[in-house]
Amino acid sequence: MITLEDYIVLATLLFMIGLYGVIVRTNLLMLFFATEIMLNSVNIALVAISNYYEDLTGQMFAFFIIAIAASEVAIGLGLLILWYKRHGNIDLNTLKSMKG
Amino acid sequence: MELFLYTALFAPLAGSLFAGIFGASPKNIITGLVTSSLIFLSFVSSLFLFVHLYNGGEIVHVEMMDWIMAGDLSVPFGFVVDNVSSTMMLVVTLVSTVVHIYSMGYMEHDKGFNRFFSYLSAFVFSMMVLVMSDNFLGLFIGWEGVGLCSWLLIGFWYHKESATWAANEAFIMNRIADLGMLIGIFLIYWNFGSLQYDEVFSQVAETDTTILTWIGIFLFIGAMGKSAQFPLHTWLADAMEGPTPVSALIHAATMVTAGVYLVIRANELYSLIPEVGYFIASLGAFVAFFAATMALVNRDIKRVIAYSTLSQLGYMFVAGGLGAYWIALFHLATHAFFKALLFLGAGNVMHAMDDELNIMKMGGMRKVMGWTAILMIVASLALAGIYPFAGFFSKDKILEVAFDSNHYILWGVLWVTAGLTAFYSFRVVMLVFFGKERYKDFGFHPHEAHKFMLWAMSPLAVLAIIAGFFEHQFYNFVTGVLPHYNFSEEIHHVVGQLILVTTGIALTGIGIAVFSNMYREGVFSTVLQNNFIYRFLDNQWYIPKIYDEVFAKPYIELSTLLWNRVDVKIVDATVDGIAKFLHTTGEKTRGMQSGNLSHMLRWVVAGFTLLLVLAVVYTYYSI
Repeated sequence: MITLEDYIVLATLLFMIGLYGVIVRTNLLMLFFATEIMLNSVNIALVAISNYYEDLTGQMFAFFIIAIAASEVAIGLGLLILWYKRHGNIDLNTLKSMKG
Repeated sequence: MELFLYTALFAPLAGSLFAGIFGASPKNIITGLVTSSLIFLSFVSSLFLFVHLYNGGEIVHVEMMDWIMAGDLSVPFGFVVDNVSSTMMLVVTLVSTVVHIYSMGYMEHDKGFNRFFSYLSAFVFSMMVLVMSDNFLGLFIGWEGVGLCSWLLIGFWYHKESATWAANEAFIMNRIADLGMLIGIFLIYWNFGSLQYDEVFSQVAETDTTILTWIGIFLFIGAMGKSAQFPLHTWLADAMEGPTPVSALIHAATMVTAGVYLVIRANELYSLIPEVGYFIASLGAFVAFFAATMALVNRDIKRVIAYSTLSQLGYMFVAGGLGAYWIALFHLATHAFFKALLFLGAGNVMHAMDDELNIMKMGGMRKVMGWTAILMIVASLALAGIYPFAGFFSKDKILEVAFDSNHYILWGVLWVTAGLTAFYSFRVVMLVFFGKERYKDFGFHPHEAHKFMLWAMSPLAVLAIIAGFFEHQFYNFVTGVLPHYNFSEEIHHVVGQLILVTTGIALTGIGIAVFSNMYREGVFSTVLQNNFIYRFLDNQWYIPKIYDEVFAKPYIELSTLLWNRVDVKIVDATVDGIAKFLHTTGEKTRGMQSGNLSHMLRWVVAGFTLLLVLAVVYTYYSI
């Protein structure tokens, strides 16, 4: 039997992995993957908790997140391709125009 | 009648706002014409109201709107036109009209022409509020309004250091006095629960004399400031830095008499506290003498006239203090006419002499400005109190009152002052218009003022001559509101002698001035000028110097001390410390802003973790 705790643990682990990726990766594409992992870990948690309470709101929320994540990725990837075409790399360390 | 009241009150305001629109633009004669005609309109309305009351009409009392309604305090925005305020309105608007028209010529080359008329009309409006208000608070608003306009107009030529200094001095001196006045008003509200004149005065008779005495003293402190009585007198002579029409209107005819008006207005109060009244009279007599002595030796034509204003205000306070309120008001009115005339004449002289004020540099000017000479001689005769000029009637009445109420010392002081007044007025006339033409040595080319300016002055000249003959009508009119002054029986026997000795000393004063100038140019010999008394008077009794030593210097020292010790070391240090802390924190943490997205993300994670930890800890402890 898979309990709620198992889902939560899985979601937390996935979130940590995603967070680790966000912190250490400098490749922009990998950064996107890491963000997607984090988003999906949250989705898992939402769905699991929603099932546990037998309340559909959480699942609806998960759908929203999926939809928004898809559009976000579409824009992100578009920008990323543009960047790659201009500069020939997608290394995060080269994006420094915000230096204070 | 209400229409006339509102027209009289608000026409000057409309004029002021109209001229104010053009305040920053170059000279536009229309502003002068519009403001003058609106003031004239106000004068006509006041005249209508005056005639209405003179023919036995009802007192006009209106409440325009509620003004302050807070708890028990209820002050409406109300105006009253009774015999006293309509007299004041008539005097104020008449002199204002003359001065407005005159100013169109006097200020013709000034850059701030429009601004000047805006201020001048604003002054008239404030003065009208002051005299027409039916409660003490409205009077106070007008009181402050005239103070503000006086500040604006004394400092009209604000690029001159001395003018701004004089303006500030006048304003600050008046603030000191206004504090007294405010305390008086607070006391009135505290004890009577109202600020309306009629409500307050209907209750004074049942009130404790001690409280009344305090109220009387504090209100009189306010009057002392506005009317420049000793020891708050220094601002008036310095206020001569303003344009001459301003001196004529504000610092001779109207604003400075506001203090006298206050005493007259509060006559029900002051007649119950004769000790305060006696103090007012004594101070008035002292100031009359004190100012006259300073006028004897001054060489600045406007300052001499300013001191004489001070001196005449002293006379008015003697009458007011001794309970002869209608005589105070009578002298106020006649004085307004001849003193404004004198000032405007001095303005013509100054204009002709390219703003030179030193009378020692003038002389023999009657040949080039005959009309001005005649007008100024008329005004000086009125000031000196020579029959049949206006000053004779009013001043003589004041002397009679002093004699009649057995205050022989006051009478003596005023009698001597009458002689001094005659002397200094004619010293000025002699030095300016007669004798050797000294101005030629200094390269001046004087010329007579514009015809219309002289015409504008003529109503004042006529009034300075004939106003005295209306004494009886005036008495009947104002005593409708003001108490009668009952002369004793004996005075009727000596009144002839009194007039004789007073006229005698006045004529002696004139004679000395005339003959000493004929005998020797400049009236005072060099030996006399080195005399201690001469120098004492020339330095204004050393009072400005004493004020400087006693008040200004210690104050500067205290300020420097506080600045160096408290402000720099405590206040500034604290503020600087906070700023420095923020700045260093910023310097130290600017490394964070590397522009590297990866680093930023790490900071985001760190911040997020920190918040999470805090949230957990908070939840843990709050449970």
